[in-house]
Amino acid sequence: MSTINFTIDGKSCKAKPGQTIVEAAKDNGIYIPTLCHFEGLKPAGTCRICTVKVGGRNMAACTTPVTEGMVVENKTADLEDYRKAIIEMLFVEGNHMCPTCEKSGNCELQALGYRYLMMAPRFPFLFPKRTLDASLPKIVIERNRCVQCLRCVRGVTTADGKRIFGVVNRGGHVEITVDKDLTATMTDEMAQKAMDLCPVGAILKKEVGFAIPIGKRKFDSKPIGSEIEKA
Amino acid sequence: MASLDAVVKQVVSKYKNDKTRLMDIITDVQSELGCVSDEAVSQIAKLLDCSKVDVEGVITFYHFFTKTPRGKYTVYLNNSAVANMKGRAAIAKAFEDAVGCSFGRTTSDGIIGLYDTSCIGMNDQEPAAIINGIVFTNLTQDKVKEIVAGMKAGKDVKDLVKEYGDGANQSDLIRAMVKNNIMRKGPVLFAPYDQGSAIKAALSKKPEDVIEEVKIANLRGRGGAGFPTGMKWEFCRKAEGAKHYVICNADEGEPGTFKDRVILTELPHMLFEGMAIAGYAVGANEGIIYLRAEYLYLKKYLEKVLEDLRAKNILGKNIAGKGFDFDIRIQMGAGAYVCGEESALIESAEGKRGEPRNRPPFPVQKGYLGYPTTVNNVETLCCAVRIMLEGGEWFAKMGTAQSKGTKLLSVSGDCQNPGIYEVEFGTTVNTLLEMVGGRNAKAVQVGGPSGTCIGKKDFGRRICFDDLATGGSIIIIGPDRDLFEIVHNFMDFFVEESCGWCVPCRAGNVILKQKLEKIMSGKASTKDIQELEDWCKIVKATSRCGLGQTSPNPIYTTIQNFREMYEAKVKKDTDYVSTFDLLAAVEESCKAAGRIPKVEEH
Ligand code: SF4
Ligand code: SF4
Ligand code: FES
Repeated sequence: MSTINFTIDGKSCKAKPGQTIVEAAKDNGIYIPTLCHFEGLKPAGTCRICTVKVGGRNMAACTTPVTEGMVVENKTADLEDYRKAIIEMLFVEGNHMCPTCEKSGNCELQALGYRYLMMAPRFPFLFPKRTLDASLPKIVIERNRCVQCLRCVRGVTTADGKRIFGVVNRGGHVEITVDKDLTATMTDEMAQKAMDLCPVGAILKKEVGFAIPIGKRKFDSKPIGSEIEKA
Repeated sequence: MASLDAVVKQVVSKYKNDKTRLMDIITDVQSELGCVSDEAVSQIAKLLDCSKVDVEGVITFYHFFTKTPRGKYTVYLNNSAVANMKGRAAIAKAFEDAVGCSFGRTTSDGIIGLYDTSCIGMNDQEPAAIINGIVFTNLTQDKVKEIVAGMKAGKDVKDLVKEYGDGANQSDLIRAMVKNNIMRKGPVLFAPYDQGSAIKAALSKKPEDVIEEVKIANLRGRGGAGFPTGMKWEFCRKAEGAKHYVICNADEGEPGTFKDRVILTELPHMLFEGMAIAGYAVGANEGIIYLRAEYLYLKKYLEKVLEDLRAKNILGKNIAGKGFDFDIRIQMGAGAYVCGEESALIESAEGKRGEPRNRPPFPVQKGYLGYPTTVNNVETLCCAVRIMLEGGEWFAKMGTAQSKGTKLLSVSGDCQNPGIYEVEFGTTVNTLLEMVGGRNAKAVQVGGPSGTCIGKKDFGRRICFDDLATGGSIIIIGPDRDLFEIVHNFMDFFVEESCGWCVPCRAGNVILKQKLEKIMSGKASTKDIQELEDWCKIVKATSRCGLGQTSPNPIYTTIQNFREMYEAKVKKDTDYVSTFDLLAAVEESCKAAGRIPKVEEH
């Protein structure tokens, strides 16, 4: 198959046919921040942190395939501010108490907050009333931390393909829920997978906690994205 | 009453256990049982062999679906900005007084429920409500008393309609008190024609030539975005797929628009014929009209029109003896503004939450059930009929450089003659105001909340895609209105109607509304206006679909065009105003302790 030539911020890059901008950028050593994206899952485009500019239009880099001659703007001042703003929106839209969260250090939202040098969100906190579900056999759902990325919805299904996680309501009231009967069939591996898929501390596997000590966690010493950039 | 199990079973089998008909399944179960309880959800999921979250996700997405009973009679009172202008508050109070419960609730005996709802397409006859699917317009306090008495007496809702509107509203199959209010007829939509002549004209050409004719006409989609129709049909025709679909978008949800309601009432044959033409052009044999739940009262009538057209062989097999088959089914919506977005509409028609899709692929490539699909607005399809009869050149003689033909406008608000007007593209706002008797307007909302709010200095601007684009909604705002109230109502609407998929729209609109409220309460500084404007830009630039890309417009365009109004509300001499009210915060404890707070010392 032929290679596609395109540019990101003026740098010429190559992509394989069918690759999205995020994937192709990664192969070219360029980091485009993502949050709802997870390799192997069908892209959803919920967080909009990967917003780039193509042909004068803003679009999500995780859902847009690269085309020949495409000119992508990624690290402009405007786009970087939009991204920071979205991270800030997520912090005020939920209730995030990082010091008490088991995912701290492994959390992608927190890591993005650091990467974008967020001191305090520019937006006022919304302090939503959200619930926690600890009634399930294998996992705890802590909705205060959910960013509605739908990774769990997209990635966790039963053996015969039924969705275990789903989303209810709309607008600011959307929330993650589960089919209680189907969660009863969840194995330890599935629970672990759900926790690993969740970018924040909204899905936690029961009966193990703080298994990785602080200091040894994913983003403790290197910022998110650095693994791509040094390549 | 039949048992829950039996009802669900019967409904699900009526739709052949087809999960893509989930909208209809939920609708029917709810109409039998009053709501779709957890138990019903489980049953539906079991019979469709899917997860319960799939069913629950759909029920909770749509405004008119419910998991708990909303009463034997459910009143949905419109709360759009124009309803408020026309005295909705007093009507709401009359309902509450007569019924004995407040809005958002159902009486304890389960008889009557009172609920708010977004624009129901009756802006020219507000205040209006939908009760068990029947529309009540021009409500007065006396009418409310009568209606409530009727409900309490257990009467059938349709017997509470005392007068009928004009035209087909009086027909046996509609019998609605809705008025057409057709104020100005133009040559495209309202000129007479012989039913069947347009499809015959189309069938005498090659499909490619039909598309060519539409291109010559330079017809652009009448929903607001204005994508060239000929190009859309061409893309769809060329896209590969075992089947192709035509979908008519009859989900006009933009507050202030009601032009499709009138077309559906008076010109449905023209619309369906237009769908057949589109079907021929793109190579489709099936069409779906997605009808908004608010227009349920027209469903029986539309079904009858479809039947008539089949009998006349304008629809059905071997149309006009030319070997082309095409038929149409009606898909009901269930109350969600975002379903006006074409990909969300397709999701909904497939029995899912009405969440817009990521593009590419576009619907013309992969639409309904993955097949190439053209989604066209009601008015657009009617225009195609006229183009087949009069030719593309005739059509292109009217209008402006970028906008050809006529546009149907729904005009409401502070004017003498609300209703619909077919005008040539390029008509200025001033001319329109003259026509409708709204000369003293201080502002005009063009294109509904997602459009632009302009002031006097811009009334010379023209209504067309090159200048002020609109899907048809024109709201006239008189000199005595508080524009802030209207902007706030619009933001409420968007907060409610966001699908919640993406962050900027889901969280951003709530944040924008709060900031607006801060300014309205007089507790803001000049800096807040600047921040509000900047935040609007963020939401517009990063949202996924048209809803979030335009939802900040009520704020954004009023800051641009009515900046003085914002400036008059804020404190100019300071950078920071606390929203914390110390006096209010200590009021209760001071009262308890019998002290008078001395705030000035703090
Ligand atoms: S629970 Fe986690 S994975 Fe699921 S939507 Fe929320 S943040 Fe995403
Ligand atoms: S912009 Fe709003 S309506 Fe559109 S996808 Fe995002 S959340 Fe949904
Ligand atoms: S990573 Fe692209 S939208 Fe979330």
